[in-house]
Amino acid sequence: MEIALVLGIPLLGGLVLALVGHKRWAPEVNAAMSFATFCAAALLTAKVVADGPMVALEEQFFVDPFNVFLVALTAFVGFTTALFSRPYMRIEEHHGRVNSARLRLYHSMYQLFSFTMVLCLLSNNVGILWVALEGATLSTVLLVSLYRTPASLEAAWKYFILCSVGIAQALFGVILLYFAAEKVLGPGGTSLLWTHLYEVRHQLEPTVLSLAFVFLLVGFGTKVGLVPLHNWLPDAHAEGPTPVSAVLSGLLLNVALYAVVRSKVLVDGALDRNFSGNLMMGFGLLSVVVAAFFLSRQKDIKRMFAYSSVEHMGIMTFAFGMGGPVAAFAGLLHMTVHSLTKSAIFFTVGHASQKTGTQNMDEIRGLIESNPTIGWGLVLGSLAILGMPPFGVFTSEFMVLTTAMHEHSWATPFLLVALGVAFAAIFGKVQPMVFGATTARRLPHPPALIPVFVHLAIVLMLGVYIPPYLVDWYRQAARLIG
Amino acid sequence: MSLASQLVNLLAAFLLLIAFAMLSQRRILTLIHLFAWQGVALAASTFLVAHTTGQTHLYFSAALTVLLKVMLIPWVLHRLIDRLNVKWDVETLINIPTTMLIGIGLAIFAFALAAPISQMASTLTRSTLGIALASVLLSFLMMIVRRKAVPQVIGFLAMENGLFFAATSATYGMPLVVELGVALDVLVGTFIFGIFFFHIREQFDSLEIRHMEKLKED
Repeated sequence: MEIALVLGIPLLGGLVLALVGHKRWAPEVNAAMSFATFCAAALLTAKVVADGPMVALEEQFFVDPFNVFLVALTAFVGFTTALFSRPYMRIEEHHGRVNSARLRLYHSMYQLFSFTMVLCLLSNNVGILWVALEGATLSTVLLVSLYRTPASLEAAWKYFILCSVGIAQALFGVILLYFAAEKVLGPGGTSLLWTHLYEVRHQLEPTVLSLAFVFLLVGFGTKVGLVPLHNWLPDAHAEGPTPVSAVLSGLLLNVALYAVVRSKVLVDGALDRNFSGNLMMGFGLLSVVVAAFFLSRQKDIKRMFAYSSVEHMGIMTFAFGMGGPVAAFAGLLHMTVHSLTKSAIFFTVGHASQKTGTQNMDEIRGLIESNPTIGWGLVLGSLAILGMPPFGVFTSEFMVLTTAMHEHSWATPFLLVALGVAFAAIFGKVQPMVFGATTARRLPHPPALIPVFVHLAIVLMLGVYIPPYLVDWYRQAARLIG
Repeated sequence: MSLASQLVNLLAAFLLLIAFAMLSQRRILTLIHLFAWQGVALAASTFLVAHTTGQTHLYFSAALTVLLKVMLIPWVLHRLIDRLNVKWDVETLINIPTTMLIGIGLAIFAFALAAPISQMASTLTRSTLGIALASVLLSFLMMIVRRKAVPQVIGFLAMENGLFFAATSATYGMPLVVELGVALDVLVGTFIFGIFFFHIREQFDSLEIRHMEKLKED
């Protein structure tokens, strides 16, 4: 029942907003729909916490601590982003960058995008997960090109082609997985269900599964933004509207990583050596290092934070690749704090670039003077994402680093150097943007900055004190994937 | 080897041949025809597998392929290139003989990769997994070497054909719900590509990807 609500509300929202998305009150409807989704997700979470994992609708959907935690996170950030997008898109309309027809497309696709992500998380069927992930690309591609500028069209084309090609590789992986599973479970619908696959994972053919995992990792990894498959990510983040950048970075990347981690657990059961873990650690470490060195070369503020997302997805992939309860716990915590912090940063960045009329960091100056909340929001967000204590990112990065020192000490210097380079790059660029004199204009609508501080407050809390039920929850999830 | 499996092998060979033909073809209109013929070969082999094994859901899959990949998508592409007036010859990044040589290399690689898995397949069409993988990789190559938007999309769709063929040849097809979902994605994707063509042309007055290489790291 709760599952039907979580899936049904955004789908309904997408249909309703396809009809009324151009109306003056459409942003409010959008936020209300996202709020309803969030409430449904909260109900679902409460139920799973109380009753444990469950399957529904002829086993086509299933919920366990791992995916329910991501559903809750997705619904929450989806809601706060909808709140942020309310004044943001109005200001964009005021500046003449979008018209009402495109706003209708935007609102409708925003809800459909939430729907595909939740479907992806809740589906028990690997094939449907694939379909939903491709659906997430399809629903955002027209959002990336919403402004119809040459650069945004180019970014959207790149996003479309690269992600479609990537995800086609993943489909081949799914076919191979089905091929292996069919031998054990017999043909038919059940042999692609995660729950059934887990039960027989020790009997699956190792050669087929190792090949399948390579395809799945490359395919889903393209959407995670792992280097060298990350080319679409900075462009799509920089050229699309900022709420889209926030949900792409904060949510879609997580969902894609979720698919990778699920496949890893399956493959680990069939292969005794740590084949999948090593691959993920390699890709993760490469992403961290390459992205950190690209950070300092950026001029566009959204592009810079997009590279920062690549870096953080690399840290998570590395953590899940190491495996074990502590690393998996750290990975889950990092997923949470990264998506909260990064979306908060995009909210402030969006309003900052609206005020200054540019995304070029050299031209953004004196944010604190012109609007202290935006300025301090950006400073605090940047400090949080750079892993300064006492924010939650510090906690998770610290856990990843200490585990790496114990188990894979060769990787620690790379991680430390990359984190240091990232710190120097981002802090060096943010500082001149927030301090100093300003030339910024006033915004025609008051910006929505409450979500920024709510997100940062949660991240701060997670750094200082993680409530016991949350610890318990992360532990349960970590046990599933560790 | 039974007659049916020989026929499936023959159709698989056609599929691979068409993939190579697409790689060497310069005219967009011919590319679309080749794509439609690839759909025919795919549908015929799916039908044959369905007939010999009695897997009824494969009949649906074959019908879906005919409807979508032989009729609807080629028709949409035809309409698009008519409306956009793009019938020019395709330029490639690498000349065609070199592309063909790379393609042969890829096909050998695909067969080598698929060999150990084909050994395990109990289906009547197991030797075709290598061909399926080869046509996926060839379509991939085509997307890389083509400079115009329309051939890239045809490459993408041909890749989807190769994947469907892999699904039927290795496993007697995916569960129906998954196949329907994938077909829906392909359909929606084609329409979005169509919308895109118009936006791109509006902005750049051409469908060449060369204009869209501004976003780079410097």
